[in-house]
Amino acid sequence: MSQSLSPRLETVGMDALIVRLFDAIDEAHMPWILAADNALRERLGEALIDLVPSYTTLLVHYDIEQLSQLEARRLIQQALHGLKPASTAAGREHRIPVWYDDSVGPELARIAERLGVDSDEIVRRHTSRDYCAFALGFSPGYAFMGMIEEALATPRLKTPRQKVAAGSVGIAERQTAIYSMRSPGGWNILGRTAVKLFDRDRDEISLFRPGDRVRFEPISREAFIEQGGDTTPLEER
Amino acid sequence: MATRTTTQHVTTATAQSGTQKPTHPMPGALVVERTGPLALVQDAGRFGCRHLGVTQGGALDWISLGWANWLLGNAPDAAGIEIAIGGLALKAERTLRLAIAGADLGATRDGEPLAANGSFTLERGQVLAFDQPRAGLRAYLALPGGLEAAPFMGSLSTVAREQLGGLDGRGGALRVGDRLMAASPAPQGDEQARELPSSLPPMPADDTVLELVTGAQIAHFDGASLFAAFNQPWQVDSRADRMGVRLTGPVLRCQSGGMVSEGIPLGAVQVPPDGQPIILLNDRQTIGGYPRLGALSPIACARLGQCAPGTTIRLSPVTPHQARTRYLRQLALWR
Repeated sequence: MSQSLSPRLETVGMDALIVRLFDAIDEAHMPWILAADNALRERLGEALIDLVPSYTTLLVHYDIEQLSQLEARRLIQQALHGLKPASTAAGREHRIPVWYDDSVGPELARIAERLGVDSDEIVRRHTSRDYCAFALGFSPGYAFMGMIEEALATPRLKTPRQKVAAGSVGIAERQTAIYSMRSPGGWNILGRTAVKLFDRDRDEISLFRPGDRVRFEPISREAFIEQGGDTTPLEER
Repeated sequence: MATRTTTQHVTTATAQSGTQKPTHPMPGALVVERTGPLALVQDAGRFGCRHLGVTQGGALDWISLGWANWLLGNAPDAAGIEIAIGGLALKAERTLRLAIAGADLGATRDGEPLAANGSFTLERGQVLAFDQPRAGLRAYLALPGGLEAAPFMGSLSTVAREQLGGLDGRGGALRVGDRLMAASPAPQGDEQARELPSSLPPMPADDTVLELVTGAQIAHFDGASLFAAFNQPWQVDSRADRMGVRLTGPVLRCQSGGMVSEGIPLGAVQVPPDGQPIILLNDRQTIGGYPRLGALSPIACARLGQCAPGTTIRLSPVTPHQARTRYLRQLALWR
């Protein structure tokens, strides 16, 4: 990893620019993305309408009444000048209790079978490392996290489910995520958490933010119920 | 998008939850007697929350919402009702001044036809009804001072997919029996006399030109595709909703296939592997990984929101500067 960057600024719309920092997904990129996020928020101030960090880029949506695109480019370049990666402790840490079970995680057994191990081993591997929240999207509070270990990598379901329960914990390729609300979805589901990812009545409306680190913890059915979890089995595809 | 002059920006996840009630509830103004396919509370949209995966929402034809509000002397981004396709009927619980703009949905007051764009008085007990589209798709209804309800993250915009906004705060469309409240008892000042300028463009018909701010990724498309994109007609497909509108026409070829997902601006013209563009509108997902030609200007997005399936359109490339000039000119009309 080089210690300096040459960000590319790309026009994507009348009032939006993409700051492209990298070309490929890598956890090592997140400290740079976070540093750029901070610097851009600070530099653009009131002229910033939305800033969307993702794996390798940040989308800057600025106030067209305040800035021309030329002015926006200049401010962004100033913000990124001499950028240093954020400390690895910049994101917050979350521990997410998950009830891993075939009834709410139908792909658990299928992946275990493919690898020739039992379900407990899949759980052990899924909970053995911290994951980084690369980006939020798909639905409010839904974080794309990674990377799961290579052996667990599994393609998306060929036919997505019509309904995936809120709290469902899934994997797709080398990423993992939690469904923040009931929605259609094609990820392989391993279990379910009672933690609410997006709650309008909570001060912290979205539990996760880009750059946060997440560790899953296996819990029993009883503990899941005690936490308010819904044990309704996941609908079949 | 649209005008953000009075839109509150939410810059942190902790700002403003949607639990508070309106502080000055006015007596009920309108009661929903009948609903159509889709009548939604909309304003300029939700901002400052895209990094949490929360989409923009807001009036698709923000220009027509702006004019409806202007007719009553409201801020152009005050919340109103977006009536898609028609079918809605509202009864006045008290006499009040209202305004409509946008699509001609055959609006009537107690059965008597109303102009598609203008303000009018609805006497207590009278019924305002919308039939079906004659020109355009979406009409906008403004109330004095704007519609009053509890905002979430600074906006009342209804996003069904996210279960956010609207009268119920859960992303629901208007339902029979719902009461619409106005923030003011009556329009302020001289607005009763206001009429729309006669120079406004009509609802889009075939060969409508939509301006597209070309993006950097345009370099990934081959020359023949780019020539076709800007010189051949496109047809608005029936697969169209508040998330996006699919176009059918020449197949566009792009050298880069899927990309790493990145933030998506309003109006982004993304091209999936089948080569048929999808224009992403107000309720789009916040990130995505298809290559893009660029993004429609906000004015073009508003026009597209009025294009019925089957309408032919043409894409015309513009610079960010050109698009901005026209956008600021539009805002200036409301000052």
